[in-house]
Amino acid sequence: MNAESNALDFLPIFLTFLVAAGFVVTTMFVTHILGPKRHTKIKDDTFECGIEVQGNARNPFSIKYFLVAILFVLFDVEVIFMYPWAVNFKQLGALGMVEMFTFMAIFVLGFIYIIKKGALDWD
Amino acid sequence: MESSFIIGKFILAACVFGLSLFVAMYSTYFERKIAAFLQDRLGPNRAGPFGILQPLADGVKMFMKEEITPIVSNKWLFIFGPSLAMLTALMTGAVIPWAPTYVNGDTYFPLQVADINIGVLYLFGVVSIGVYGIMIGGWASNNKYSLMGALRASSQMISYELAMGLSIIALVMMTGTLSVREIASQQIGWHWNVLYQPLACLIFIICAFAETNRAPFDLPECETELVGGYHTEYSSMKLGFYLFAEYINMFISSAVISTLFFGGYNFPLIYNYVTDPFWVSVVGFAVMMSKTLFFIFLFMWVRWTLPRFRYDQLMHLGWKVLIPLSIINIVLTGIGMWLTDKI
Amino acid sequence: MTLYLFYILSFVAILSGLMVVFSKSPVYSVLYLIVTFFAIAAHYVLLNAQFLAAVHIIVYAGAIMVLFLYVIMMLNLNKEVEPHKPIAVKFAAVIAGGILLITLVGAMRSTQSLSKAENVNSQIGLIENLGTVLFRDFLLPFEISSVLFLAAMVGAVMIAKKDKN
Repeated sequence: MNAESNALDFLPIFLTFLVAAGFVVTTMFVTHILGPKRHTKIKDDTFECGIEVQGNARNPFSIKYFLVAILFVLFDVEVIFMYPWAVNFKQLGALGMVEMFTFMAIFVLGFIYIIKKGALDWD
Repeated sequence: MESSFIIGKFILAACVFGLSLFVAMYSTYFERKIAAFLQDRLGPNRAGPFGILQPLADGVKMFMKEEITPIVSNKWLFIFGPSLAMLTALMTGAVIPWAPTYVNGDTYFPLQVADINIGVLYLFGVVSIGVYGIMIGGWASNNKYSLMGALRASSQMISYELAMGLSIIALVMMTGTLSVREIASQQIGWHWNVLYQPLACLIFIICAFAETNRAPFDLPECETELVGGYHTEYSSMKLGFYLFAEYINMFISSAVISTLFFGGYNFPLIYNYVTDPFWVSVVGFAVMMSKTLFFIFLFMWVRWTLPRFRYDQLMHLGWKVLIPLSIINIVLTGIGMWLTDKI
Repeated sequence: MTLYLFYILSFVAILSGLMVVFSKSPVYSVLYLIVTFFAIAAHYVLLNAQFLAAVHIIVYAGAIMVLFLYVIMMLNLNKEVEPHKPIAVKFAAVIAGGILLITLVGAMRSTQSLSKAENVNSQIGLIENLGTVLFRDFLLPFEISSVLFLAAMVGAVMIAKKDKN
């Protein structure tokens, strides 16, 4: 199962990146050249459903998005921690399962706290 | 390191790229045809027989349109947003095995661009970077609708990424590997993962819908509230990139769903009839593509059947339903494997 | 080949690291920081620490930077240039940075003798081997980290959520 693996395995990913980036840059360049360019003041203004633009969009927004992002970072790290365990699940055996369930119990405790506090209520 | 290896991989990468573009182009056509069918209309039928040249006409139109960049926008980031969305969409296909490895005597050619040990994590990495394409584009437009759309999109994508990651863990517990090629080859015959992990499969499919911003999760571009969402200010091929990236993501998500849960290129009894190594690869590719196309159809079917969620319902589903369900699934899988002496 | 790659990646990492500091707009700083993370992830790949590379992309570039971008977008960025700090603050920043640099260089010098290990198992960075080590030898730190997460969750909720009463 533990097949040899080295950095060369990642070379094709770099090649894919070259193909994709080449396409993106070329297309962006071509579309910039091809289209007509007729600037008027109203056309280059921000779209605001036809009425005059009020201020701009550089305003603070709801803190709920921010809370979701913080919780995402925490949960993401926990999920990542589970991957090495899941891969080795058969080797680690029942003891490994108890270890991880202990970890997950504390994780679920935090999750229950978040829900009880209403941090995920979108009101 | 042989140069033939690099050239072979490069050609394969270009083929996967071409395939993604082709399937995505014709997905736009079939999306409209299926929508028309479900709504008892005709759909596009002017460009060529049955409107079959419609995607080409759309592409040319996108190229010839005027590029409009709002004065108050952030010029470079405005270009960078859609480019990044397209780039990440095109990068995902690299780890998917499209057909069984071609073995003929000493010739050994895997029909997968990159066979890496952590293929599943690579998929998550690319998906997590995909958030930036939308966020940067929406913010750089300096438009209130775009900003709202970008915030909704990124919040939704990161929320469903968690449930997606958790649902895969139950699968990885059974497969014991993160290599996509090994996961695919383990499902030979009838050993499709969906039969052992139906809940994980369901959660993964729901999350795939949310990650691609497809209906019923298409709130970021909810036209009744937000005009066009994060791409309100975009025009010409920059808009095309956002729309096109969505279809490529849909294609790749379908390919990932079929590889991880529905056996990939495997089909029961196939090796009883096909033995020639060349035809094994060809038939394997055909099986893989038909499964993928079925899931693309599922994406479209759902889009034209279900109404859109409200944002609080979406967040409720992601955080309070799917995440607990995936945790329960992990626990059940662990206990189940323990009771059946798999560990 | 590997050596050239190392130099190219280091160059990219340091250049984008500098751009993080010198960019006028904080949004550009975050984007350059993401480039730096990618260069470092590529370094991990060269060292065959594949799991660490994936974690670096998913957690740092994909999660923490989204949070950073949210914070920056929440700021009022209407003023194009950032306000000029008084000269004393700049002076203090240079001294603080210089002390950090000295500490880092000192720490690097003391670890130099360790890097000569030649018979290191090149497969140690793969996820299977890493998992075995993490769940056998480093079990206690792992379990304790869950308490840390619990504290972080409580803290996040306390900051962002006001009690109704």
